[in-house]
Amino acid sequence: MKFRNTALALAMSAGLAVAAPAMARDTIQIAGSSTVLPFSSIVAEEFGNSFPQFKTPVVGSGGSGGGLRQFCQGVGANTIDIANSSRAIRPNELESCRANGVTEVIEVKFGYDGIVFASRADSGKFALTPKHVFLAGAAQIPQNGQMVANPYTRWSQIDSSLPDQEIVLVIPGSNHGTREVYEEKVVHPGCESFAEVKAMEGEAKTNFCNAIRTDGRVVEIAGDYTETLARLDAQRDALGVFGLSFYDQNRDRLQVATVDDVVPSLETISSGEYPVSRPLYFYIKNAHVGVIPGLLEYAQFFMSEEIGGMGSPLEAAGLIPMGDEERAEVISAVQSRTLMP
Amino acid sequence: MKTTNMMPEDQLDLAQKRDRMQQRVKASLKRRHAQEKRFKGMGMAAVVTALAFVTLLFFTILSKGLPAFWQATLTLQVYFDPEVIRIDPKPEKRSDESEGAFQQRYLAWQTQLGFVNFNRIILDSLAREIPEAPEYQRDALRLVTSGERFALRGLVEKDPSIIGQTLTLDLLADANVDVWMKGNIDRNLPDAQQQLSARTRAWVDELQARGVIKSKFSTALFMNPDSRSSLASAGLAGAFMGSLMMMLIVMFLAVPVGVASAIYLEEFAPKNKLTDLIEVNINNLAAVPSIVFGLLGASVFILWFKMPLSAPLVGGLVLSLMTLPTVIIATRSTLKAIPPSIRQAALGIGASKVQSVFHHVLPLAIPGILTGAILGVAQALGETAPLLLIGMSSFVASVPATPFEQSTALPVQIYLWQGNELRNFFEARTSAAIIVLLALMITLNALAIWLRKKFETRW
Repeated sequence: MKFRNTALALAMSAGLAVAAPAMARDTIQIAGSSTVLPFSSIVAEEFGNSFPQFKTPVVGSGGSGGGLRQFCQGVGANTIDIANSSRAIRPNELESCRANGVTEVIEVKFGYDGIVFASRADSGKFALTPKHVFLAGAAQIPQNGQMVANPYTRWSQIDSSLPDQEIVLVIPGSNHGTREVYEEKVVHPGCESFAEVKAMEGEAKTNFCNAIRTDGRVVEIAGDYTETLARLDAQRDALGVFGLSFYDQNRDRLQVATVDDVVPSLETISSGEYPVSRPLYFYIKNAHVGVIPGLLEYAQFFMSEEIGGMGSPLEAAGLIPMGDEERAEVISAVQSRTLMP
Repeated sequence: MKTTNMMPEDQLDLAQKRDRMQQRVKASLKRRHAQEKRFKGMGMAAVVTALAFVTLLFFTILSKGLPAFWQATLTLQVYFDPEVIRIDPKPEKRSDESEGAFQQRYLAWQTQLGFVNFNRIILDSLAREIPEAPEYQRDALRLVTSGERFALRGLVEKDPSIIGQTLTLDLLADANVDVWMKGNIDRNLPDAQQQLSARTRAWVDELQARGVIKSKFSTALFMNPDSRSSLASAGLAGAFMGSLMMMLIVMFLAVPVGVASAIYLEEFAPKNKLTDLIEVNINNLAAVPSIVFGLLGASVFILWFKMPLSAPLVGGLVLSLMTLPTVIIATRSTLKAIPPSIRQAALGIGASKVQSVFHHVLPLAIPGILTGAILGVAQALGETAPLLLIGMSSFVASVPATPFEQSTALPVQIYLWQGNELRNFFEARTSAAIIVLLALMITLNALAIWLRKKFETRW
């Protein structure tokens, strides 16, 4: 008798578990870039607090690539609604989206972010150029018309103006959108300053420039900036790649390097003077608009002057706001639900 | 003694033999004593090393985390100015009104309340303490954490009659104020490296000297869900509820299923190749790394069964699968330890097999089963890896009400806080969360020990 009761209870709990998927979701689900996560979380929280009719959206991380992969898994309540990304979606990602039924995607650009090189406050001061960074991190470098394995072990060997300390470069892993910007805005310009590289063609050139040395002097970090910071805590000589906002909140421990003699700041990045910056995006699944309550409202709230403009909470958190004209364009695109081609 | 009839040579020989034997024994005794000493020494060293590591761990966590239980708090006279809070009276449900219509009216009222500028109220109450605050609004608003404006709104929403009154309220200070007061940032650094402006820092020091800002025991840590826009009010409530729900699911799913299968395998199942295979597989399953269960959960429960992402329900199911082998193994070994005489006696006086198991064997096995179950649940409570894969590492700023809603769990919250940008504040907060989790674990383990002692039977 007792046993039958237990069996009944088990059957009931199993039934409950199977009944679950039938329930619709009323909370917006977001995932993606860890650079965008702080901004997205602030907006989500303020959104939940400002609109009593909507629930507070849930924001996950996983890197731009991870977020977009989840985003492209399909349409339905068990998939995410918005992917945060610190780079534009790649054509192959869009293709995989379409193959899985995510045919309608709205792209929203919401601001800019600077990428900075920072070292520990008690280490040497860096005034970098893209060429320095390339020479420090490349697997092979051109020397007298030939490609040789990277011989540099100290920064001062690259350029006498750099501090005399071991080369240890801590860069984001390839799952991060930041890595792509780092390669595109720093490594490539530095790499292409050599005539030998200029002579190379297409893919061979990209592969040559992107190859990083494997003798342990370049450390790839798959996690977030806290992990990069922990590396710097352990190794005084390490130079790390951070987002401007992360550096900004840890100014007491870190000192920032100039790139081409420009100090990264809100002003120099929004004026374009500081070379290493990138736009930040989020992508909305159009099929979920109207099904998951508040999706379009969230996007509009994100783009509003009050949340993402000058003097807003997002700016305080380190986002570089867009100009008024650009903002107006994006807002109208969101309102009309303009899809990606 | 029979030595008397022995020949003298024989006696001599015997004495020599005895001598030699004694020497050999003595020699080996010395060696064996040294061996024992060495072994004891090594054992002691091992214990001391282990204890030293645990002490070090606890010491660092406690010394870092304990201060985070006390947070910088401002005690202010807050005037709920009717000039600022211009809202209609709170809607009451009329008898002729449908529930939906009332909800709509209430929502409209809430929206109206949402437009009230509560920063104004906070600024006004700050101005009572710092006369120059209205001139430097940005600096002044850095004193109070931004989430407090929603806390004030919550007070008005709960009881609109406070409009027009002046209340003495405790408002949480901003995370950076807390960092400055606790000295977690080097106070001698130049302005460019500080988070707070020079003016705000001077105000903090002044208010602290006057006793307006004090370190008070932080209820925010326990009562609030996670927060990123108002870091000082980030709390563990959401994660705690998530963990609690998952524990309940594990208890009601893994424990009964595990115990039932263990009883069947141990008492009823025939011993053959098939049951041997099952046994080997259960033991293997217990050794499978937990992340594998997470992958399984992500592909089966979420992609296949289409269950919601980040939900404690899915987390609970995954953790149940993970705990199941532990419970089965613990229960089986408890059942094995019960003397066969109990079963034979029951069968001997005419009980059926089921009666002998459920009336005689199982009651005696209860303490062991409970211990195994509680330890299994405690292990599930501390598990992080599988939860990361089913989306439970998301930022969730609300307390879940049902297991279908998005949530995090305590160990995941620790992981999330560990990754927060404001290291100076969150290093301590993370350790505080670890202390809370450890306290829960110790409580569960103590419960297991207590239950075992209470029901223990000695044969």
